[in-house]
Amino acid sequence: MYRRFRVPSIWREMDQLQREMNRLMKSSLEPRYIGPRSFPAINVWTSDDRQIITAELPGFDAEDIGINVSADLLVLSGERRSDQIDGEMQLHRQERTFGKFSRSIQLPFMVDTNKVQANFKDGVLEVYLTRAEADNPKKIEIKVV
Amino acid sequence: MSENEGKAIQVPEQEVITKDEMERTRERQCYVPKTDIYETEQDIMVIADIPGASKESIEITLEKDILSINAFANPVFHEGFKLAYSEYEPGDYQRSFRIATEIDHDKIEATVINGELRLRLPKAEAAKARKIQVKAG
Repeated sequence: MYRRFRVPSIWREMDQLQREMNRLMKSSLEPRYIGPRSFPAINVWTSDDRQIITAELPGFDAEDIGINVSADLLVLSGERRSDQIDGEMQLHRQERTFGKFSRSIQLPFMVDTNKVQANFKDGVLEVYLTRAEADNPKKIEIKVV
Repeated sequence: MSENEGKAIQVPEQEVITKDEMERTRERQCYVPKTDIYETEQDIMVIADIPGASKESIEITLEKDILSINAFANPVFHEGFKLAYSEYEPGDYQRSFRIATEIDHDKIEATVINGELRLRLPKAEAAKARKIQVKAG
């Protein structure tokens, strides 16, 4: 009697353990942050008819960053120039990267190019995009006959 | 450095501080900032990329020969928007270096422009004077 009671309880515990393990594995396999596809890494914020695209561009000058929007394509480009040092110097460590980049981002809507705004603060670029009026979904009224 | 001009930028790998000697109180991602260090005759230059950290949040200390850089980036939220796609996570920056040369503590200069921290550590007069000229006799 005692044994028959004990054995199923162990199996129940095993089942629960398995469920718990599955849950843990599943959550760890779904990363919150996707690695960058190409330079620069971007974050996309959305609302109904607007979108904000942010990118970390440390050491870039605002004048050296290009933002081009046409229809539903945003192209970010730029160049980071390396330091110009006069005279003799000894390099101990170089981890920062320099050079050119260009990245195209497909947007979910046609953009009103007159309303594109961008700011660049502390090395972080923010591009504000607004959906074009013509691209807005048209609401169809149902006529009651 | 000029051979880098015009080359396409590769995606840098962000090194995250996961374990430290000290527990962190802020529940934020903490990165090791990408840093360049070079030395000229007068100065040691330390340049670190700390995008997202404001000028006010940066703490730099030089204790004995340990230079520590701490920079905090505030979490970014856009009112009325939701984060739909994310490739990077803003975080804090922390890094320490051991400076082998004697530094003139009073003349250290730090500037931050466009998320790039530039530290100029002038070598102490004593360290400069210690160089002994060998004369050919």
